[in-house]
Amino acid sequence: MPRPFRRRSRQSDRAESECDLSPESGDHSHGPGSGSPRPDGGTVDERTAPSSGRLTGALDDRFGDDFVESLPFWLPAFLLMGLFVYGAIVWNFVISLTDYEGFRDASYSSLDFEMYSRALNDSGFIDAAQNTVVLLIAFTVLTLGIGLGLAILVDRNIRFENTFRTIYLLPMSLSFVVTAQFWLWLYNFDDGLLNQAVVLVGLDRVNWIGDPQVVLWAVILALMWQFSGYAMVVYLAGLRAIPQEHYEAARVDGASTLKMYWRVIIPQLKGATISAAVVLMVFALKAFDFLFSLVSGYRPPNGSDILATKMVREVYSGTPRWAYGSAIAMVLFAMALSIIGPYLVYQYRRGNL
Amino acid sequence: MSDATAPEQSAESEREPGPPNTGTRSVSLSRVALYGALLAVMGVFLVPIETGLVTSVKTNPTGVSETLPYLPPPPEYFTLAKWEQAFDRLGQGMVNSALYSIPATVLSAFAGSLTAYGITQARWKDRYKALLLALFVAGIFIPYQAVLVPLSRFWSTYAPLEDWLAVLWVLGIDNDYAGLVELSVTHIAYGIPICTVLFRSYYKNMSIEMVESARLDGASLRRVYRRIILPLSTPMFAVVLIYQFTQIWNDLLFALILVSSESSEAAPVTLILAGLGQSLEGSDFPLRMAGAFIAALPTLAVYVMFGEEFAEGVAS
Repeated sequence: MPRPFRRRSRQSDRAESECDLSPESGDHSHGPGSGSPRPDGGTVDERTAPSSGRLTGALDDRFGDDFVESLPFWLPAFLLMGLFVYGAIVWNFVISLTDYEGFRDASYSSLDFEMYSRALNDSGFIDAAQNTVVLLIAFTVLTLGIGLGLAILVDRNIRFENTFRTIYLLPMSLSFVVTAQFWLWLYNFDDGLLNQAVVLVGLDRVNWIGDPQVVLWAVILALMWQFSGYAMVVYLAGLRAIPQEHYEAARVDGASTLKMYWRVIIPQLKGATISAAVVLMVFALKAFDFLFSLVSGYRPPNGSDILATKMVREVYSGTPRWAYGSAIAMVLFAMALSIIGPYLVYQYRRGNL
Repeated sequence: MSDATAPEQSAESEREPGPPNTGTRSVSLSRVALYGALLAVMGVFLVPIETGLVTSVKTNPTGVSETLPYLPPPPEYFTLAKWEQAFDRLGQGMVNSALYSIPATVLSAFAGSLTAYGITQARWKDRYKALLLALFVAGIFIPYQAVLVPLSRFWSTYAPLEDWLAVLWVLGIDNDYAGLVELSVTHIAYGIPICTVLFRSYYKNMSIEMVESARLDGASLRRVYRRIILPLSTPMFAVVLIYQFTQIWNDLLFALILVSSESSEAAPVTLILAGLGQSLEGSDFPLRMAGAFIAALPTLAVYVMFGEEFAEGVAS
């Protein structure tokens, strides 16, 4: 049974008839140094073409036929992104080796790893690193579990599937700042919904935000609320890619529903799990916005400081400690890299890159 | 509910022949349990929003403390004053957010489309394309903290827009608005990777025959893009624009670093909301809730109208 979830638009024939394919030399864009239209669509060897640059030909030989002609499309965006992402990371690393602090200009004369050893001796840094790891792992595992459960529920040929799916994914469209407001109110000690429920079942009120033992889990719960719909959507796409015969074969073998999912279906969701896990971990690393909004300030509640908040606080609240903040940021980057690196290798091996 | 389960029952009992009565009953029971579970989960997802909504129309502090958090207020505790107050506080912020969100969304989506085309449909060697793509994919996942210090040094020392745009301040525009230009460029730069990857997966699945025959007929890459690829990209543009707009509008970190003060005339809405209703006397929750809804309004509207595209954007 075909179960469409992602509507792939058919390529319309309209576009084909619309496009006029006669070569017009005025409309040809060639790379710098190449001036002549190529009537055979670029398969000609550039070196033999008159007036086309030697460099163009050499580059095309090295990288492929369309390389030089394709440069104007991706190079500007690549340079902008490269400057802001990779250039900035390298610069950040260099700053982390300096002693740069306060409002004077940076001095790059003596570079050492002092800031990193300072971090290791800073109990605040160790706590924040621990909280980051707990947040990362607990949030990702729990959200994936709930997302999978939701996906299986929604995948059972239900009516109003679109409505359910839309509502489950709704929190994802909200800002961290907005969800922080909602959850701050839910977690309110005196009047919040959760404590009302806790009192109703006869327990003592919980100080969700104020208790350092609890607050990190309260944050994780709120983030789960925001992102389990995302995990559901990824798993749903994964479930829909599994051929219907696999379900039927399991049924014929007499497997119970539970066994069928455990033995046959879930193992096939490995790809979906990996993609969703990577994205969720990255969201967890970015939980700064949520924690900042929770307290309207740079200092998150005791027990919920993570590296992302500590880094920003060191640099942007009080005397700017640029170098120390950069060092903390490098640790955070290393964490992210240890997740993304294997992910990229995995995707490359599967031929997705 | 029985209406909903009826077609299922017949389908299930066809597949599993057995005593018709017990079979039908157990199936329908499990369907009831299924819908019960689905509705319960729906409740969990909606309750935080629902309590926020009813709280936003309560008086503070009596209305908040005298009523149950999930019930609408009785008339004596009902007020719309907090919504008015929130509008006053956030109105300018909404305009400011739109001023940089919309250009940044459009430009990053367009840049992503061009880039993805250049590294997908153009023919050059796959292993170099893979390397380039890996750099883009990794760019999506960078924790922004890792670029924050260079970013603020860059804008303050090497690209002092506040000096460059001096002519605008003479015209009476608050010079904090330089921060919004910085925000646009910053969001474009960090948005390019995700836009590229989204478009790339779309272009990769496109049939390439049309493009190849056009190329054989001598059409340039630019011509193919304009005449074939761009018209076919409309559905993906919808997905990318929606995703990017939501991300940029919702962001707090860059706004905090580049505009810095919530009291600034140029402060984006998230920055104002993060500090709203906070005072020494305690939190003004109705004001916070009303503010949260106002700030979320554009993204909620986009989500309600284009939920399908949003789901597609996040799933890929």
